[in-house]
Amino acid sequence: MAKTLATHTPGRKIFSSKIATTVVWFITVIWTIPTVGLLVTSFKTTKNILGVAWWNSLLHPDFTLENYKNVFFGDGTESLSTGVLPYFINSIVITLPATIFPIVIATMAAYALAWIRFRGSDFLFFSIFALQIVPLQMALVPLLLLFTGGAHIGSIPIFPALGIAGSFAGIWLPHTMFALPLAIYLLHNFIASLPRELMEAAFVDGANHFMVFRRIILPLSIPGIASIAIFQFLWVWNDLLVALTFASGTEEVAPLNSKLASLVGQYGSGYTQLSSGAFITIAIPLIVFFSLQRYFVRGLLAGSVK
Amino acid sequence: MSEFLSANLPKFGSVFSAIAIFFLVLGAVFLIAGRASGKKARPIALLIFLGPALLLLLAGLVIPGVRTVLFSFMNPDSNGWVGLANYRWMIQDPNVKIIMINTILWVMVVPLFTAALGLLLAVMLDRIKHESIPKSLLFMPMAISFVGASIIFKFVYQYREPGEVQIGLLSAVVKFLGFTPSDWMLSKPLNTFLLMIIYVWTQMGFGMVILSAAIKAVPSEIVEASALDGAHGWRLFRNITFPMVKGTFIVVLATGVVGALKVFDIVRTMTGGNFSTNVLANEMYSQTFVQFDQGKGSALSVILFLLVAPILAYNIRSLKKERAH
Repeated sequence: MAKTLATHTPGRKIFSSKIATTVVWFITVIWTIPTVGLLVTSFKTTKNILGVAWWNSLLHPDFTLENYKNVFFGDGTESLSTGVLPYFINSIVITLPATIFPIVIATMAAYALAWIRFRGSDFLFFSIFALQIVPLQMALVPLLLLFTGGAHIGSIPIFPALGIAGSFAGIWLPHTMFALPLAIYLLHNFIASLPRELMEAAFVDGANHFMVFRRIILPLSIPGIASIAIFQFLWVWNDLLVALTFASGTEEVAPLNSKLASLVGQYGSGYTQLSSGAFITIAIPLIVFFSLQRYFVRGLLAGSVK
Repeated sequence: MSEFLSANLPKFGSVFSAIAIFFLVLGAVFLIAGRASGKKARPIALLIFLGPALLLLLAGLVIPGVRTVLFSFMNPDSNGWVGLANYRWMIQDPNVKIIMINTILWVMVVPLFTAALGLLLAVMLDRIKHESIPKSLLFMPMAISFVGASIIFKFVYQYREPGEVQIGLLSAVVKFLGFTPSDWMLSKPLNTFLLMIIYVWTQMGFGMVILSAAIKAVPSEIVEASALDGAHGWRLFRNITFPMVKGTFIVVLATGVVGALKVFDIVRTMTGGNFSTNVLANEMYSQTFVQFDQGKGSALSVILFLLVAPILAYNIRSLKKERAH
């Protein structure tokens, strides 16, 4: 007994550490190989991709940067005449406002629900919270119709046609709407836990709600906001469904991810385009992941119900 | 080059002006509304803080949700009632039957694999030195979009005629083991399982990370006490560790079920729903935006809602409970 304890302290383990180390690293290698394969393939010439498997070309390196140049700036083929650079720009143009807008609006709402108490505020908070169960598939078509044709009861227009379908605003808006229930819920948790004395002291000094929000709530909420912002940023960057529905597939507005999806469908597009295009698409999320991993984990854990 | 600039420079203009206008309007409203005093100050503050969010939620989720339910009882163009015809179609159509079977398969296999593998790795990670490196690498695919992951696996599943070099890892391994590789995306029902692997590959890290946190939160006194009582190895895990992380495990399972029900990008990118791999969420998209049948598309999304809602409700409730502790 004493002997077992000596070797197994603290004893919570069911595997010896040697077996655990071997199995974990084995799975880690398997888990990493597909991404490495893509990375290696993306630097190979077309002829080389088809003639030599990527794991062999590690032994006989013959790499080129040509693919990235072609995919970024266009190679004259039908599927990729102008390159993915415009789509890359679109992704940035879509993602920044689609991250900033919902978070600011949600922070404001969360403050009101937590600190400007009114009759029914608990019920309202719960209702917003419950909206998370509506999958965004439920909202796509009517929202698109609202953007193109407005809303009518009978023949009386009650909401004007916004005419923003197929523009950047027409993608920012749905992303903002769909992000709100979760963002309000999480920020409410965060803001409601701030100490009451801070707010009370400010009100005694004559501050109004707007000053309190700007000078106390916002600065103190930065850690919470950061992790939710990273989650939302990655969600928008990696989204396909909203992009397909609200952005036409053109280089004027379509983001990188949906361009990549359309490249797969086109038989003309070659392996070089697919591999380097895919790597360009996943590069930004990977940079965010490796540089802000702690925030990323926190945001992801918080956002797991989306 | 100048053509490129004239097409793309305005985009940056629009993003910066949109953000600038947003904050300017907000600032102006804050300034003006802040001057209100006395009895009106509170309702005005409420309206400004809460109004935008409520308006967006109403226009973006509540009203569209209700309209989708109505559309599901209407014809393809949503201008005439058809009763339950769209739902009857779902029960009778042989293609929908395949879709439902596939969706059920996804729901039964994917969450269990994701959660079980996540738990196994979480338990083992607790046991090794330098756990942060494998943890990062195992978690990394979560940052990759489903489209990106699908392309990564398109290369893994690449098949070429016998006699040519097999450049896909799966085909090469199968060949190395002495079997004949086949065109994986065409082989039913294996293809559906190969698509599931892509999902498990991206999402396993999520379960692993939160289960790992839960395992580390198990008080070591409890573990040591039961070790003194002679429990170790598998028995310790079954009687102590697992019951303590069971709640988290169920949340991971439930998250997996919702994800499996909603899976769309992977199927669309890999097979387009062909070769008997179609699933509910992809069919919803094709009915609506390819067949232009808003009735059937809406009926499918209502079903999706009915399947997802109870699980998410459960998930949200247990997350809330966990936070309360």
